[in-house]
Amino acid sequence: MQLLGIIISLLGGGVLALIVGRQSAAASRWLSLVSLAVASVFYASLWFDTTDPQATSLWLLHMDWPWIARFGIHLLLVTDGLSLVLIGLTLVLGYVALLSAWHEINHRCGLFYLNFLFTLAGVVGVFSALDLFLFFVFWEVMLVPMFLIIAIWGHEGRRYAATKFFIYTQASSLLMLAAMVGLVLLNLQQTEVWSFSWFTLTQTDTSGSLGMWLMLGFYLAFLVKLPGLPVHNWLPDAHTQAPTPGSILLAGILLKTGAYGLLRFVWPLFPDAASSFAPMAMGLGVFSVLYAAKLAFAQNDLKRLIAYTSISHMGFVSLGIFAWNHLGLQGTVMQMVGHGLSSAGLFAIAGLLQQRLHTRDLDKMGGLWGQMPKLAALSMLFAVAALGLPGLANFIGEFMVLVGVFQVAPWAASMAALGMILAPVYALIIMQKGFFGTAASTQTAGTSNVLDLNTSELLMLGVLVVGLVLLGFWPNLIFTITVAPVEYLMHLGKGG
Amino acid sequence: MNWLALTSLMPLLLVASISVILLLLLAFIRDHKLTCWITCLGLAMAAFWAFADMGDAPQQVTPLLIMDDFSRLLGGTVLLVSLACGWMSYTYLETADEIREEYYILLSLAALGACVLVASNHFASMFIGLELMSVSLFAMVGYMAHSKQQANMTLEAGVKYMVLSGVSSSFLLFGVALIYAYAGNLNIDLLVAAEGPRLQSGYLVIGSALLLVGVAFKMSWIPFHMWTPDVYQGAPAPVTGFLAGAVKVAVFAFAMRWLMMAQGGYLDLLLLGLTVMAVLSMVVGNLLALRQNNLKRLLGYSSIAHMGYIIVTLAASATLGAAALSTALEAAAIYLITYASMTMLAFAVISQLAAQDRRFESGTLAHYQGLLYQQPLLAGALMLAMLALAGMPLTAGFIGKYYLVLVAVDSQLWLLLSLLVLGSSLGLYYYLRVILVLCKTPVGDSRLTLGASEKLLLTLLVAVTLWLGLYPTPAIQWVQLAIQ
Repeated sequence: MQLLGIIISLLGGGVLALIVGRQSAAASRWLSLVSLAVASVFYASLWFDTTDPQATSLWLLHMDWPWIARFGIHLLLVTDGLSLVLIGLTLVLGYVALLSAWHEINHRCGLFYLNFLFTLAGVVGVFSALDLFLFFVFWEVMLVPMFLIIAIWGHEGRRYAATKFFIYTQASSLLMLAAMVGLVLLNLQQTEVWSFSWFTLTQTDTSGSLGMWLMLGFYLAFLVKLPGLPVHNWLPDAHTQAPTPGSILLAGILLKTGAYGLLRFVWPLFPDAASSFAPMAMGLGVFSVLYAAKLAFAQNDLKRLIAYTSISHMGFVSLGIFAWNHLGLQGTVMQMVGHGLSSAGLFAIAGLLQQRLHTRDLDKMGGLWGQMPKLAALSMLFAVAALGLPGLANFIGEFMVLVGVFQVAPWAASMAALGMILAPVYALIIMQKGFFGTAASTQTAGTSNVLDLNTSELLMLGVLVVGLVLLGFWPNLIFTITVAPVEYLMHLGKGG
Repeated sequence: MNWLALTSLMPLLLVASISVILLLLLAFIRDHKLTCWITCLGLAMAAFWAFADMGDAPQQVTPLLIMDDFSRLLGGTVLLVSLACGWMSYTYLETADEIREEYYILLSLAALGACVLVASNHFASMFIGLELMSVSLFAMVGYMAHSKQQANMTLEAGVKYMVLSGVSSSFLLFGVALIYAYAGNLNIDLLVAAEGPRLQSGYLVIGSALLLVGVAFKMSWIPFHMWTPDVYQGAPAPVTGFLAGAVKVAVFAFAMRWLMMAQGGYLDLLLLGLTVMAVLSMVVGNLLALRQNNLKRLLGYSSIAHMGYIIVTLAASATLGAAALSTALEAAAIYLITYASMTMLAFAVISQLAAQDRRFESGTLAHYQGLLYQQPLLAGALMLAMLALAGMPLTAGFIGKYYLVLVAVDSQLWLLLSLLVLGSSLGLYYYLRVILVLCKTPVGDSRLTLGASEKLLLTLLVAVTLWLGLYPTPAIQWVQLAIQ
């Protein structure tokens, strides 16, 4: 019930925020905070709930109601350690995004928080639905509020970016729908039972060429969302044009839904097809890592730069998943969490800079360290987190992914390791152009205490820093939770 | 004709009696509100009767009409669409500088024609139904002929519809004549006519092809779609709603009986032609919709595309055995019902807006700018309709699209499936465009108001669109009952 509780408190909070938002913007902000807090309480109680009779060491929570009997579709919400970690990340970044919205979003607040909380609810649903039809519903439904967030509260090119974002994801997910239906019909042929349940469909025999086509349908949808080359084109626009809280949600958690899909669906459902496709997917992953890093280096727009670094980091995720061994997968999960925290931090910084300087152009910045030392120091921290400095979460993730990949495809690991050289280049260029050197002439000079971070902003970034450092030094926090689900997924993904 | 047959025909009789009652009434009292009430009540009663009869044994009423669950379900759907159309017409006509009451006679006659069409299993009743519907529609499309604001558009649309519809009817009639020459019988089910005088099957081929042209015209399948955008734009908004909702449902219901349910092998003859029309409608319909600047015109092209999608079910039923046929019928019926609900929602919004300012239907999309903040209910409903037409989950549109994907994959129609995906992706662009316009910052202040009855209608239509998307099980059960 807790999962339903999380989703309903977010949805209900969104509707209430819309209603009270007509009277007072502040009320809608506080209400969103409250609904997020209620959701967190439900989430916390997940950890301590031992009353669920169906709970095992692997599956913590099981909720199963029939929905569309004609096709054996159920409202099947299940969590395991993997979902738990990702839902936790969603809620934490929900707070961060809410704090960043607090001062940035000033018009149509009620509507904004409606969309904001609906996006979160959709993502939580994606991470916990194990009926493929229900998963698809959440997968699509989280798009609409995100589309509106970009289209209404975004920057100058927002409508173009929002449309592109929507069409890319929707078109690819239609292919996934077709593949999903194909898989269900295959299962129907083999067992004469209509079922969309993940537990049933992972037992389906998907070897053969049909399995490959179906796998590609799923893979493409997740690759677009991840995003990986060559279908990454929507991301720089969407991330750049979205308002700061939107960018945080997009980079922090929406990208993770793609990685989650690869992990949860592509391998376990199509073990044979996925393993024969793995070299290709790893090749694309390597290409993403290197090419996106090069593109990031060439950007002047701070948010665009960060967006390209996301693509580069998601290349590692793609690599780790298609290595499909223990180190690779554990590293992938860590990379997902680490990147969620660090990219959210970088986007938050970009938003703060834009509020202060009214530009995202790195060429118009410079010498900011003198004026806002706290902000600059935190930027430094997130930048080195992104480049994979030991002691922070991203390092653990990338390192483990590379070790895992090396065991199955040394060529891919060696080439992707070059990304470790390119990452400092783009991370440090942010620092070099933005914070060191002499102040650009266009900049409005103010006193440092006006420009630097205030308490709530420090709080927002502080949460992320604590997470990054904690996981960097004590990665077992996550590994102990995800070890059982990862073992189980690997067992399914080994094929018959 | 016995008593049982007569009661099962009751929905049709009720609708027919509306027009008679109104004709007599108008000789004495002219009252817009009363006329509208009688029409809506009559349509509601007829629809209720049709749905309440679901599950009863099929009744063949004269050789012309069959009242089975299929007729009851889709006939009931047509009647509900007509009811919504009559309901939204009230405010629209209130603000028109035109005589109002006769409109409702035409509406009930058109609804009667549509119901006859759904219930026909004989080419003669098919033609009667189709013409009854079309002739009433000529007048309805051109109804605003004396209005100062609208005369040009509506007259052009009316004449265009009349001329082209007349041409297509003559094709259709010629086709029927050739089929008669082949079979010696006008029954749709040629097996019944097996003992008739047989000529070479060339008559059947050409006759079926000509008949298909007539059907394709009403369904606005490309290349027989030329009238659609102009008529959609020029006709009064409630009439466009009827054209998009009721006419499409009724004509395709006949197509289902003729091509999918009847034993005559028509479908195998026409499969290539149908596939070509499907490909063209999906691709060209969506492409042409991309640059439209008038919402009704845009919806016209969108309906071309949607009617192209539904051909997938026809193609699927041609490929495999009985199981595939029943899935294809189920998919087609579900698609028609979901399409009717979302398209009526869209036109209900447009006609409420047009009732207050005719520029909402004749002008560009720019008039809708910022509507979300001025009229959240109307704009929200329109947004929902657009998302449903785009096939987003939790709305009716997704269930329809899911069914189409299901039958396409089941019957391995890879070409049509890939075009369905491509077309839907193209379609997103223009549906999103409408949503984006609604979300823009408003220009100026608007004095739009919304009465209680309009709110109720919109709420009902929104509820149906969401209900079909959230919990389609009852609808699926009814459809399964209807296609047995």
